[in-house]
Amino acid sequence: MSLMSLSRPRLLALSLGLSTLTSGGAFAQLPADLELSGDAAAGKLVANDRAKGNCVACHAMPGAKEPGAIGPVLIAMQTRYPSKTALATQIWDATAKTPEVVMPPFGKHEILTRKEFVDVVEYIWSL
Amino acid sequence: MKKIHLSLIAAALIGAIATPAIATTPEEDKATFQSYFKQRFPNVPEDDFKNGAYAIDAIGRENWEAIEEFPPYENAISSGETLWNTPFANGKSYQDCFPDGPAIANKYPHWDRQAGQVMTLPLAINQCREANSEKPLSYKKGPIADLLAYMAFESRGQITNVEIPSDDPRAIAAYEKGREFYFARRGQLNFSCAHCHFGNSGTTLRTEILSPALGHTTHWPVYRSKWGEMGTLHRRFSGCNEQVRAKAFEAQGEEYRNLEFFLTYVNNGLELNGPAARK
Repeated sequence: MSLMSLSRPRLLALSLGLSTLTSGGAFAQLPADLELSGDAAAGKLVANDRAKGNCVACHAMPGAKEPGAIGPVLIAMQTRYPSKTALATQIWDATAKTPEVVMPPFGKHEILTRKEFVDVVEYIWSL
Repeated sequence: MKKIHLSLIAAALIGAIATPAIATTPEEDKATFQSYFKQRFPNVPEDDFKNGAYAIDAIGRENWEAIEEFPPYENAISSGETLWNTPFANGKSYQDCFPDGPAIANKYPHWDRQAGQVMTLPLAINQCREANSEKPLSYKKGPIADLLAYMAFESRGQITNVEIPSDDPRAIAAYEKGREFYFARRGQLNFSCAHCHFGNSGTTLRTEILSPALGHTTHWPVYRSKWGEMGTLHRRFSGCNEQVRAKAFEAQGEEYRNLEFFLTYVNNGLELNGPAARK
């Protein structure tokens, strides 16, 4: 199909799509080049911040105050996930593995910045 | 084990209700919906679901009952009564539009065959005003909430009884759109209404107990402590959508009216007990 045959809205969509690709927009999957070496202490703050990770809204974690009870307790993570990458994949978009899960896709929907994301992964991995 | 069993039932039910490929009638949806909550909360008497989270939260209930001793919605009821009784500039009044009087909350929402859309009480109030050359009221709070509070108070004890005429495919379509809205994920946080108030109802988000959807439509308008004032059902819908970081729809727009149609229908049989106080 030649560009001439594309309707105007499609052309617009195409150019918008290209611009998100080139400006490093949202990734549906955990980017392979994301370095998982964050700062656990910073991640702890993100995990407990209502406007950010807010993990504690649903998960009990060691030392977290007034946790919710919707998700499983975050403890002994290194015995539950084969690798840090596997845990990161789950936090990036839990619906990939469990389509009906409630957990928000923290990476895919850019709820967290890349920095916040790797920090949270580091912290949760340490639990 | 029991928890796993229940969550499996929840998944199956959500599948059955939410998947358009499986055609279910409104009657079937209602039966599924209501029996789910009765199984999930076997200790809640059937006529207590109308009290929302307070039906399942003993401590919250104590506080709520204390608040109900001097209800924060009382001023709204009396302001609403004044509004009801005050004639429009043309000498007519609400009573002329609503000859059955203010106790008509159980007649709404209903399918308006002529207009081909869901008619809600706030919409009918504004149609009445406009027919009498008065400015329409804004739909989320303020005078409309007062008027609705008075009408709800006068309607207390009526039973939710929404009818979906099976001979009008447009009515079924509106219901199905409402149902789809209810089970669709939205917003940056990716939650559907059902994620919190169906499958996870009764669990806690931080320390907040998620109220069951059975009981969500009985008690509007509400004095919500978080608002510090009265608000309408559609105000709450907007707030919920914003909480999941979605753009809210317009109050009394088609989306929320259809949602109200679905949600009130599956609450059929519950007693109306508005206005109410909520956290």
